[in-house]
Amino acid sequence: MVKSHISTKDLNLWFGDNHVLHDINLELYENKITAMIGPSGCGKSSLLRCFNRMNDLIPKSKIKGSILLDDIDIYHPHISVTQIRTKVGMVFQKPNPFPKSIFNNVAYGLKIQGKYKKSEIRDIVEKTLKDVWLWDEVKDRLNSSAFSLSGGQQQRLCIARALANSPRILLLDEPTSALDPQSTAKIEELCLDLKDKVTILIVTHNIAQAGRISDYTAFMYLGDLVEFGESSKVFTVPKDKRTEAYLTGVFG
Amino acid sequence: MNIHRFGDYAGKTLVTSMFIITIVALAFFLYAILSRGVGVISWQFLTEAPLNGMTEGGIFPALVGTFWLTILSIVIALPLGIFCAIYLYAYGKPMWFVNVVKLAINTLVGIPSIIYGLFGMAVFVNMLSFEVSLLSGALTLAILALPLIIIASEEAMQSVPKDFCDASYALGASQGKTITRIVLPTAMPNILTGAIISIGRVAGETAPIMFTAATFYSRRLPQSLSDEVMALPYHIFALMTEGSNSAKQIPIAYGTASVLLLMVLGVSSIAIIIRYNLRRKKQW
Repeated sequence: MVKSHISTKDLNLWFGDNHVLHDINLELYENKITAMIGPSGCGKSSLLRCFNRMNDLIPKSKIKGSILLDDIDIYHPHISVTQIRTKVGMVFQKPNPFPKSIFNNVAYGLKIQGKYKKSEIRDIVEKTLKDVWLWDEVKDRLNSSAFSLSGGQQQRLCIARALANSPRILLLDEPTSALDPQSTAKIEELCLDLKDKVTILIVTHNIAQAGRISDYTAFMYLGDLVEFGESSKVFTVPKDKRTEAYLTGVFG
Repeated sequence: MNIHRFGDYAGKTLVTSMFIITIVALAFFLYAILSRGVGVISWQFLTEAPLNGMTEGGIFPALVGTFWLTILSIVIALPLGIFCAIYLYAYGKPMWFVNVVKLAINTLVGIPSIIYGLFGMAVFVNMLSFEVSLLSGALTLAILALPLIIIASEEAMQSVPKDFCDASYALGASQGKTITRIVLPTAMPNILTGAIISIGRVAGETAPIMFTAATFYSRRLPQSLSDEVMALPYHIFALMTEGSNSAKQIPIAYGTASVLLLMVLGVSSIAIIIRYNLRRKKQW
């Protein structure tokens, strides 16, 4: 059995009176890619944002249950949110580099921690940019604005920015929905390459994408985790009627 | 011609003619002041003190006075305004309280400036015994500039895309780090544009300094914060209302007005240039 190092236990989430997630029990396996699929509004992005406590930023959000990361409950009152977020990196739907240089985008997470030397930061930035296959494209213009990059390059820069903190988990929230097919293919390839270094949880609207890159698939519907299993099984012999209906395009 | 076509045509004509009337009025305004004033401006006019009961000489002490009043008031108001805006943007709670404060600040912008003058006299001149002085005037002008700077800064921070903040939080940044490293640097050009515009406003105000800082006539330059100063707008007022030789004083008033006008136009142009460069560079 593959090792699970993050799991949710009876996780419930409310935004005001809206009960968004119901008793979610999900396990993520180390160095695997888990895809979350489901129709719009099913709660998959909200669940993703539970893993780095981004929902804390939404007023009137309330959470019950627990998420264990390496046996530590990330919602425990003594746990610092900022610490958790360095261990759980996140990439957003739309590429959102900072209005800073390419170098400073990647260095940001390290700089705010204030515990790295300049030379260390330089080394980590170079290594991370190599990890996302951006180094050769940008090594001569590290001081140019991040906005001078193409959309696909910007998204890889955002992945590098998240990886610079050496997170245990990388959360990807529909990372390719704003990109052209070529850039999308590159990001998918990159994910497969990165999973040796980091556990990946990806939310996607694109069923084919989930099939191409994921080891495990979670299907969500109306705030419930309907089905979870190895992708090869979920895609070929889904256990639940709703999963089958979604995969065959009956709704979604 | 059908009725819709006619409506379009009439509308366009109306808008165009209103535009032309406005432009002509503006051009005439500038012409009226500058044609009477620019001829008076000379090197001597800018560098000499008034002579013979303001009928001869220049405006140097008033230039210096306006310079110090403006600089001091902005130096006081800018940090106060920016920190206040940060509070409203990030920490102000509950929401209704923030909204009430914002409404109050917006109202302050519309208050006639003579009331600021009375307030300055009551508080700084009398209550705090700063007397009629550069300090009292600068403080009064700072209070006038404060709401302008708060509003400009708060809007500048609100216009920083939320994406940037989310990305910063997701990397483990605290709220304070996100504000100092992402929000403020991104908003700073707009904050400075707001500050420069308020410089233009402050430099031209007469009423707030009338009872707090300005003196009709002084050949001496201000030596300390407790000195009275001459100031350009108040000098114009003095030239037009005091003295006995209006034939000689009125051209000097127009000259002073032209200098003030050109200064404010200059400061505003700097703001426009900054904003233009910013918009060109902005890519989000």
